[in-house]
Amino acid sequence: MPLNFEELAGGSGEWLKGSGPESDIVISSRIRLARNLAEFPFIARATAADRAEIEKILHARIAASNDSKKFPGELMYVDVSQLPEIDRAFLVERQLISRELSESEGARAVAIDGREQYSVMINEEDHLRIQVMHSGLDLDSAWEQIDTLDDLIEEQVTYAYNEKLGYLTACPTNVGTGIRVSVMLHLPALVITRQIDKVFRSLQKINLAVRGLYGEGSQAMGDFYQVSNQITLGLSEQELIKKVADVVPVLIDYERQAREFLVRESQETLHDRVSRAYGILRNAQTISSEETLHLLSSVRMGVNLGLIGDVAIPTVNKLFVHTQPAHLQKLAGMELDSSDRNIERATYLRRHLGGDSDKAEHN
Amino acid sequence: MKCQKCDKQATFHITDLVDGEPNELHLCEDCAQAFLAPPSSSDADEMMPAMAGLLAQQLAVGETAEELARLDKQVCPVCGISFREFRKQGRLGCPYDYTCFSEELEPLLLNIHDETRHVGKVPKGFGANAEQQTQLIRLRREMKEAVAREDYEQASKLRDEIREIEESRQLPPTEQPPTDL
Repeated sequence: MPLNFEELAGGSGEWLKGSGPESDIVISSRIRLARNLAEFPFIARATAADRAEIEKILHARIAASNDSKKFPGELMYVDVSQLPEIDRAFLVERQLISRELSESEGARAVAIDGREQYSVMINEEDHLRIQVMHSGLDLDSAWEQIDTLDDLIEEQVTYAYNEKLGYLTACPTNVGTGIRVSVMLHLPALVITRQIDKVFRSLQKINLAVRGLYGEGSQAMGDFYQVSNQITLGLSEQELIKKVADVVPVLIDYERQAREFLVRESQETLHDRVSRAYGILRNAQTISSEETLHLLSSVRMGVNLGLIGDVAIPTVNKLFVHTQPAHLQKLAGMELDSSDRNIERATYLRRHLGGDSDKAEHN
Repeated sequence: MKCQKCDKQATFHITDLVDGEPNELHLCEDCAQAFLAPPSSSDADEMMPAMAGLLAQQLAVGETAEELARLDKQVCPVCGISFREFRKQGRLGCPYDYTCFSEELEPLLLNIHDETRHVGKVPKGFGANAEQQTQLIRLRREMKEAVAREDYEQASKLRDEIREIEESRQLPPTEQPPTDL
């Protein structure tokens, strides 16, 4: 089944749903596994012919997994090497492929299911990168799903593995389990109260990595942070999942406390900040992606605190992604330069936040 | 010994390669961390190779320039990558690198993971013959080289060896054969 980009663009994937446990603060839970075929060099050393052969073998395995009764979904196969740049950028914004897969060369592909829970990348840093994403805090079922798909793919291939080191990966940072467990959190109050750096440092001490979803440095644009395991060797998959899962409630608690503090100590300032953000997003005529992320973050917190009553969280979540450059252009159905995108973005925001009277415009 | 950048005790002794020339550095923990810290990146996965590269450089800790030069000459017989190339790019060339560079990789693995032994999932088909399969990389490469120098006798010997391994693949029973989409 081919992937319909137009249909995909209009909808919203699993991680934008805004459902699942703790979804006011936890955006999504994600697990990925890195795997390689034993009989081929790793990607850095693979010839074009090797890459083509790896792609062919894994393509067949994904087809076979689709046919298996044990696999509940249906994966759509996308030849990334044949996609125009804008479609690749679109998949990156949607978190369905990595920037590395988008920008590399040669035979490469991704298989995605309609709910956007699964993403199986072929010929990324490793031959195979399997990923399962869930809305809210839900690592256990993500693990069950990824474990099953991993077994199905492995049925007819030999993974690079040795008894001592486990699954062998191109980069020694992934060797062993090859697992990366990540939880994405929205932490605006910890940013406002300047506690986020302290949180970072304490996570690093227990071998967990933190990064911003958009932008660089500790002030992540949109205040989205991804917490993930740093090590992959010497602990089982379940132990590594637990390590991340155990710290998330603590982070949620810190964020809630910071929000309560803001409500208690500076209710007017907070309400003003949220209302101004909402006002700009509903009325701007041209707006950058950066400013949009920044303001949407305040609006999202405002909705969760009951300061804004007429927008739902799934709508806000969707706007974070739909206002990204490639999404805007796919939704508009044409290529737009940066200044036209800023105008289109403002129009899109007004339309979806019920700002002014141009609702009669296209879709 | 005092740290070269501040007055604290130097606990890290680093041999940094600047344009291929070894340069000895003696730093305290904080200065060493600052020196070895990866450049900030927006993507943790993208940051990992840079970190591995830097960690690979840390292998130089306590090594003399001669030892370093010896280390860099080491080449994997299967994929042909040298340890130096790995140090530069932070990515290995093939699964066999973990075996042939095992001594060199051990301190690196300890540094990253604090452990050197896998305790997680085992592939169902394992036992199969992952390590033998990896030898196919070498045999295919050698066959290509034999053909290139028109040594057809050697090439056909290698082809037979390749076939033998390919046919010995132990595949566990499956529900259905793979079909194309």
